[in-house]
Amino acid sequence: MQILTNTQIKFMTHRKIAMMLSAAFIVISIASLAVRGLQLGLDFTGGTLLEVAYPKAVDLKPIREQLHTNGFDDAIVQHFGATNEVLVRVAPKEGVSNADISTEIFDLLRAQNPEVDNRRVEFVGPQVGEELTETGGIAMLAALVCILIYVALRFEYRFALGSVAALAHDVIIVLGLFSVFGIEFDLTVLAAILAVIGYSLNDTIVVFDRIRENFRKIRKGDAIEVIDSSLNQTLSRTLITSLTTLLVLFALFIFGGELIHGFATALLAGVLVGTYSSVYVASSVLVSMGISKEDLAPVKKEGEQEEEVYEEV
Amino acid sequence: MLNHYPLWKYLLIFLVIATSAFYALPNIYGEDPALQVAASARGVEVDSQTLNRVSKLFEREGVHYRNAKLSSTGLLFRFKNKDDQAKAKSLVEKELGDDYAVALNLATATPQWLLGMNAQPMYLGLDLRGGVYFLMQVDMEAAVIKSVNTFVSDSRTILRKAKIRYLGSKRVKNDVVLRFKTETLREQGLEILRRDMRDLAFNEKEDGKTFILQGRLSEAKLKELKLFALKQNITTLRKRIDEKFHGLVEPIIQQQGDDRIVVQLPGIQDTAGAKDILGATATLEYRAVDEEHTVEQALSGRVPAGSKIYYTRERQEGSRTIPSVPVLLKKRVIVTGEHVTNAQAGIDPDTGGAKVNVSLDGYGGKRMGAFTKESVGKRMAVVYLETKQETVKDAKGNTLRDENGKPVVKRHTTEEVISNAVIRGHFSNRFETTGLDSVQEANDLSLLLRAGALAAPVYISEERTIGPSLGQDNIDKGFMSVMIGFVTVLFFMAFWYRKFGMIANLALALNLVIIVAVLSLLQATLTLPGIAGIVLTVGMAVDANVLIFERIREELRNGNSPQNSIHSGYEKALMTIADANITTLIAAFVLFVVGTGAIKGFAVTLSIGIVTSMFTAIMVTRAVVNTLYGGKRIKDISI
Repeated sequence: MQILTNTQIKFMTHRKIAMMLSAAFIVISIASLAVRGLQLGLDFTGGTLLEVAYPKAVDLKPIREQLHTNGFDDAIVQHFGATNEVLVRVAPKEGVSNADISTEIFDLLRAQNPEVDNRRVEFVGPQVGEELTETGGIAMLAALVCILIYVALRFEYRFALGSVAALAHDVIIVLGLFSVFGIEFDLTVLAAILAVIGYSLNDTIVVFDRIRENFRKIRKGDAIEVIDSSLNQTLSRTLITSLTTLLVLFALFIFGGELIHGFATALLAGVLVGTYSSVYVASSVLVSMGISKEDLAPVKKEGEQEEEVYEEV
Repeated sequence: MLNHYPLWKYLLIFLVIATSAFYALPNIYGEDPALQVAASARGVEVDSQTLNRVSKLFEREGVHYRNAKLSSTGLLFRFKNKDDQAKAKSLVEKELGDDYAVALNLATATPQWLLGMNAQPMYLGLDLRGGVYFLMQVDMEAAVIKSVNTFVSDSRTILRKAKIRYLGSKRVKNDVVLRFKTETLREQGLEILRRDMRDLAFNEKEDGKTFILQGRLSEAKLKELKLFALKQNITTLRKRIDEKFHGLVEPIIQQQGDDRIVVQLPGIQDTAGAKDILGATATLEYRAVDEEHTVEQALSGRVPAGSKIYYTRERQEGSRTIPSVPVLLKKRVIVTGEHVTNAQAGIDPDTGGAKVNVSLDGYGGKRMGAFTKESVGKRMAVVYLETKQETVKDAKGNTLRDENGKPVVKRHTTEEVISNAVIRGHFSNRFETTGLDSVQEANDLSLLLRAGALAAPVYISEERTIGPSLGQDNIDKGFMSVMIGFVTVLFFMAFWYRKFGMIANLALALNLVIIVAVLSLLQATLTLPGIAGIVLTVGMAVDANVLIFERIREELRNGNSPQNSIHSGYEKALMTIADANITTLIAAFVLFVVGTGAIKGFAVTLSIGIVTSMFTAIMVTRAVVNTLYGGKRIKDISI
C-alpha cells in the first residue's frame, strides 16, 4: 500500500507558523516547570513507598486512619491500578527517615487486615535521591553534547545545532507535559526521555541525510526548495516509522502495567513531538542559519565521474 | 551480477541464526516452582535419609512433585504448580521442625544437556522475580575515627613502655594529639613514635604551656583504611546473609563507588529479617563494671572520671516488660567486637537458660586474659552499639549542607547493655556469656557476634522490595506487551509492504530471537524497563526496513528496473541507517554509564536491539531478497 507519494508540501513556507507554535509550547512548558515544577517521584525526593494488595476491593478511609493515628500523619494513601491495590507514601522526615518505616507501616496494615499482601517496597534515602537528580541532569547534558559532536563531525555544525535544537525542543515539551498535567516523574521517565532523545535524533538524522544528499544532487532551486523536497521524499518513511513505534508504545501503555505507565507516556509524547520537530524545528533552524549548497558541495576529485543528476520532480 | 550474495554471507547468517536459536532455547522451558531444604542448626545434616523422610511425607499427604534432588546446598523438590509448592512447604516445616530451613524457590526447567553447554535462560532482575535490593552506605567517617582512636591508645602504650612521660593523648578530629611537658620529652617521644607508628606523619606545635605532637594519617593509609572498611563490610555482609538464610539465596553483593555496597537478595520476602541483619551495624564492647562507685551517685550528677552511665536494653519476657536500668561502666574497653572470631548459641546446663559461647582472636584473648586475671568475682558487661544515620534538615525542610555541598548528616548511636555478668574465673580467648533471656535472643546475638563486628558502620540508604506476585505480574504484562506490539507491527508491515513486508517480519522475528540469545549468553539482568527496551526495539527495528523499502519504491517511481531499484535502495539507505542508529547508540551508552539498576537494564536491551536489528534488517532481509529475486528477469516486485 502506498499513500503520501510525490507529495509536494511547502513545509518551509509555513515554518513561521510552526515556529510560533513551538515557541508557544516551549514557553508554556518552561513557565510550568518554573512555577509548578515536576512532580518528582520517590527516586528523586527520597522517602518510603509501599504497594500492597488485598484479596478484595478495599476502602481507603480505614487504612488512612490506621496510619494517621499511628504516627504516620502525613502518609498518602491511594489506589494503584485496581481497587484492591493500595499505594502508601511517606515523605522523608527527620528522625524517622530510615529503612524501618516500611516494616512499621506494613505491620500496621497487617494488624488491621491480616490478608494484606506485600507487593512492593521502595525506600530511597534523601542523599541518594539528590545524587540521582544531579546525575540525571548530567546524563541528559552528556547525551546532548556527545550527539552534537557526532553530528557536527558527520555533517556540518549548522546541522548539529539544528538537531540539538530539535532535541531540546522535544525534551522541554515532554518535561512540560509532565509538569502541566502533574504526572509523576520517576527514574523510568528519565530513561524514557533519554530514549526520546535517541528516537527524535534518529528521525532528524534521516531528514538531514536526505537534505545533504539533495544539496549535492539538485542543481536548481534554493535552499528552501531543496529542504522542502527532502522533507517530502522522507515524509512517508517518517510517518510509517512513527506509526510502528507508536503501535508498540500503545501496546506498552495499555498492557505494560502501572509501573511502566509514566515511561510509556513520556515515549508516546516524545515520539509525536519528535516526529513534528524533525520536520519543522530541525529544518527551520537550518534555513534560519542560512545553509546553502556551497556549504555541502563535495570536493571534486580530478577524473571522478559526476554522479547522475536528478531533476526535481 | 546485481543482487547476489556470496556463499560466505549465507553461511554467516545461517551460523548466527543457528547459534542464536540454540542459546535462546533455554528460555522456552520456563521455571518450576521448587522447594529447598537446608540444615539450619549445628550438627544437623541434609542427606538421603532426609530425602526419604520428606518424600514419604509427600506420598502420605498426596503431594505430587516432579522430582527431587540432593546436592551440596540441600534438597530440591520441583512441583507442577504453586499450590503443591505452598502445601509442601507447610508440611515440611511441620515435619522437620526448627533444625531445618525451608525456602520457596523457582528452579529452571532447562534440561541438563543445555545447561552443560552453558546455555542458560535469561537472568531475571528483582522486579521480575521478586526479592530485595539494598544500597548500603558505609560510614567512612566513623571508620576513620575508630582507627584514630586505636592510634591514640596505642601511642599511650608505646610511650608508657618506653617510660617517656607525657601529659595526655587524645583524638582531635582525625588527628592524634599528644602533649608533653618539655621539649626534650617531646623529642624522645617523637623518635620512638616515628619508629613504631609509621602510618602517622607527626608535626610539632606549641600552645605556650605544653609541647604538642600532632600525628596525622597519611593519604595512602587513609585510602587503604577506607578500602579495607569496604571490603570487610562486603565480606561480613555476605557471611551474615549466608548465616541468616542458610545458603538458600544467591545474594549479589557488589561494591558501588567508593563507599557503597549493593545487596540483592532474589526471592527473599522476609525483608524485616534481612534488614535486621544488614542495617543493624552492631558493634560490641566488653567493659568492666565500675563497682567502686554506685549508680545512684553517678545519676545524681557525680559521674566518676573514667566511667560512664549506660542503660540496659528494655526487653519483652512473654507479656511482661523488663524495664531499662542504669549501669555504671568503666570507659576503658577491654575487647571490641572485631576481635570476636566465633560465637555459638547454646543452652546452659546449670540454669537451663540461653547462652552464647564466645571465641576471641589472639590479641583479644590476651587483653581479656590480662583483665580477668585480676577481676575474678567482679562484673563485666557487654555493650551493644547500633549506629544509624540521617540527613539534617532546616525548618523549611531543606537539606542542610556543609561547605563542600555535601548534606550534613547526624549520627545516632544507641548504646545498650545487653549482658552484665559476674566473671567466674580467669579466662582468655574462650568463654561464655550467659544471662540471655531466650534462645531466640541468644541466636541473634551469636549471629551478630559470629559474623564479626563491622569495621565501619553501614546503613541502608535505598531499599526496593518486589513481592513475588508483582514479579510474576510484571513478567506477564511485559511478555504480553512485547507480543501485542510485535504482532501489530507484523500485520502493519505485511499490509503496507506486502512480500517485502513479510521479509521484514521474518527479520523482526529473528531479531527477537537474537536479542534473547544475547541476553541469555551475557547473563545480563533483564528488568521491566529492559522489556520496555525490547518493545521499543521492535518498533524501531523496522525503521531500517522502512528506509530501505521507501528508497526502493522511490527508485521504481523514477523508472528504474526492479533489480536496479533493489540494489540502489539498499545501497543508499545504508549510510542513513548507520548514522541514525549510531546516534541512538550514543544516547543508550550515556544511559548505561550514568544509570543504575533498572535503567541500566533498559540501556542494555536497547543497545543490543539496535546492533542486532542492523544485522537482521539489512543483511538478513537482503539475503532473502537476493534469493527470491537475484539474477532473475523480473518485471514487477511486490513492495
